[in-house]
Amino acid sequence: MFAEYSMTELTSIFAMQGFAGLLLFSVFVLMALGLAIIFGQMGVINMAHGEFMILGAYVTYLTSLFFSNYLPSLFSGYFFVAMLLAFITTFTLGAFVEWAMIRHLYKRPLDTLLATWGLSLILQQTYRTVFGAREVGVTLPDWLMGSYAITELIEVPINGIFVMVLTLFITFCVYLLMQKSKLGKQTRAVVQNRAMAGAVGINTEKVDRYTFGVGCGIAGVAGSAFTMIGSTGPTSGQLYIVDTFLVVVFGGASNLLGTVAAAFTISQAQSTMEFFLSGSSAKVLTLLTVVIILMLRPQGLFTLKIRR
Amino acid sequence: MSFTGLRALLPKHDLRALLILAAIIIIVMPLFLDIFRLNLVGKYLTYAFVALGLVLCWGLGGILSLGQGVFFGLGGYCMAMFLKLEASSPEQTSIQSTPGIPDFMDWNQLTELPWFWEPFHSLSFTLLAVIAVPALFAFIIGVAMFKRRVGGVYFAIITQAIAAILTILIIGQQGYTGGVNGITDLRTLLGWDIRTTSAQYILYFINAILLFACLLAAQVIRKSKLGRLLVAMREREDRVRFSGYDVANFKIFVFCIAAVFSAIGGAMFTLQVGFMSPSFVGIVPSIEMVIYCAVGGRLSIFGAVYGTLLVNWAKTFFSESFPELWLFAMGALFIGVVMAFPNGLADLYQSYALPWLKKQRLRLPARLGGVKTPQKTTE
Repeated sequence: MFAEYSMTELTSIFAMQGFAGLLLFSVFVLMALGLAIIFGQMGVINMAHGEFMILGAYVTYLTSLFFSNYLPSLFSGYFFVAMLLAFITTFTLGAFVEWAMIRHLYKRPLDTLLATWGLSLILQQTYRTVFGAREVGVTLPDWLMGSYAITELIEVPINGIFVMVLTLFITFCVYLLMQKSKLGKQTRAVVQNRAMAGAVGINTEKVDRYTFGVGCGIAGVAGSAFTMIGSTGPTSGQLYIVDTFLVVVFGGASNLLGTVAAAFTISQAQSTMEFFLSGSSAKVLTLLTVVIILMLRPQGLFTLKIRR
Repeated sequence: MSFTGLRALLPKHDLRALLILAAIIIIVMPLFLDIFRLNLVGKYLTYAFVALGLVLCWGLGGILSLGQGVFFGLGGYCMAMFLKLEASSPEQTSIQSTPGIPDFMDWNQLTELPWFWEPFHSLSFTLLAVIAVPALFAFIIGVAMFKRRVGGVYFAIITQAIAAILTILIIGQQGYTGGVNGITDLRTLLGWDIRTTSAQYILYFINAILLFACLLAAQVIRKSKLGRLLVAMREREDRVRFSGYDVANFKIFVFCIAAVFSAIGGAMFTLQVGFMSPSFVGIVPSIEMVIYCAVGGRLSIFGAVYGTLLVNWAKTFFSESFPELWLFAMGALFIGVVMAFPNGLADLYQSYALPWLKKQRLRLPARLGGVKTPQKTTE
């Protein structure tokens, strides 16, 4: 299959597909980070995660409209405001959902799955009613347009680079949040031993609410970043949800580093194969491999060694 | 089976529920619905097979599979392949560049029948495949997962991923599977036109009889030692394991049974509706099938049938009258059932309707002037 390409062409094919894979990787990581916190730390399956992400994307879309209509002079910087707004909106909705729904279902994880699926249907239909069934896209500010040519054959789009840098930055922030901040320490304490955490004075219910909210908030930021590289429709979130769950499970649910590594493996495998096979075969092959590996190693790639 | 054995299998209240359901499905529905609506009910009842499987697997055994659409689809596709081959005889497809192969293969430039289509020329092989293919597939998944003690949400996610994979595969391999349109334009079964009104009536009754056969099989499992063990496993898996039972084998068995039920439903779906497509295989239909079971009551085999009929009736009603409201209603249904009525309609019936009925029955003799003391029922 490689015979008809020359060596330099092959290198650039791999480089370009590798870059496409990195973009997919960014989307996976951004989505999976929130999910890893919610599923990995709290054991809650949030099927509406994709819809939280889309909410962030719609908030970004609205912000860009607002800026282009009322503050055109500041348009180049709207994205940072949008990201903050997206986080706040999805955090609030997430905390509310935890209070209204999730906290009653901690003892029944399978039922949480069904309830959040119901929530995702309601959110999808809400988006469709409010924003219409058609996909919307944001206008990129000038400094994100265009592409950067590394060699004659290899060109990388600037918005892609920006999303990747953003992904790295967010991952780093999440790492700091979970490892160093008070909330992160409290969350991990609650995960390890809920009763003892409560006994030493941690308000476990509040920690649950904030953890869920932060997970959703990160999904919102992911959605915000997502608008830079794709358009947003009411059902865009559902496209990624299974892949993301596989990423989280594959990485070993409670391990952020594992999540990143799993996202990297899956996205790279998929995009490299996509060039040589059809898109659907590449996806089938990737998912199938992941499922088979998970059957052989159900605990995922990386696991914390804790007693259960 | 002796009479006492039958009594143990079908206690009075179960027998009553069975007879009421049979009366509704076999007598009331065909009498009062025109053939279009009856055919719709027949379509809904094919989903009831899946819901029934989920009662055993999820309700009793606590194994939530989000991939039941896979088995429904496999059963349906096996049947559809047979019917399609019959509908693409060389005479009927003489305008194609390669006569004798299904039309979608011709459109996708295939010049001969793929090898895995060949055996589906035979009806007996097809009927066997409808049962065996999903059972084998479920067995492989079951062995791989349950022997390694993967359960709960992990199992749910992986079955969901399998549903996603199969859908992508079917859509992607258009030439072999008919792609996103599925296998359409099915006409005859061994020369018998399945699209006529009389055929639809007959298929409806065959479907109903098969459903009752599956209901009885489910009842046998529920009342047997296996049923008790499944409940025990759901509650305390470790204790069952420590008592010396091989938990994984029971789980595999019940998962396979659920798969076979779904596949029978799928095959009947193809026969009654006349096509099969990936839109009945993927994540969304699979999880919708779970809600049929949840609405009816995850522990009640009769509830599953009522739940399926009710949800699908609501779906048809909403999609005909208020299409934009349907997803809201469906979402609210998911949340409402899980939060407020975890045991569904069956629980409502048990805790409200049944006591009320009993009270009415106690009052009845008094109202008639009699003072006969009510006989104590042994339920």
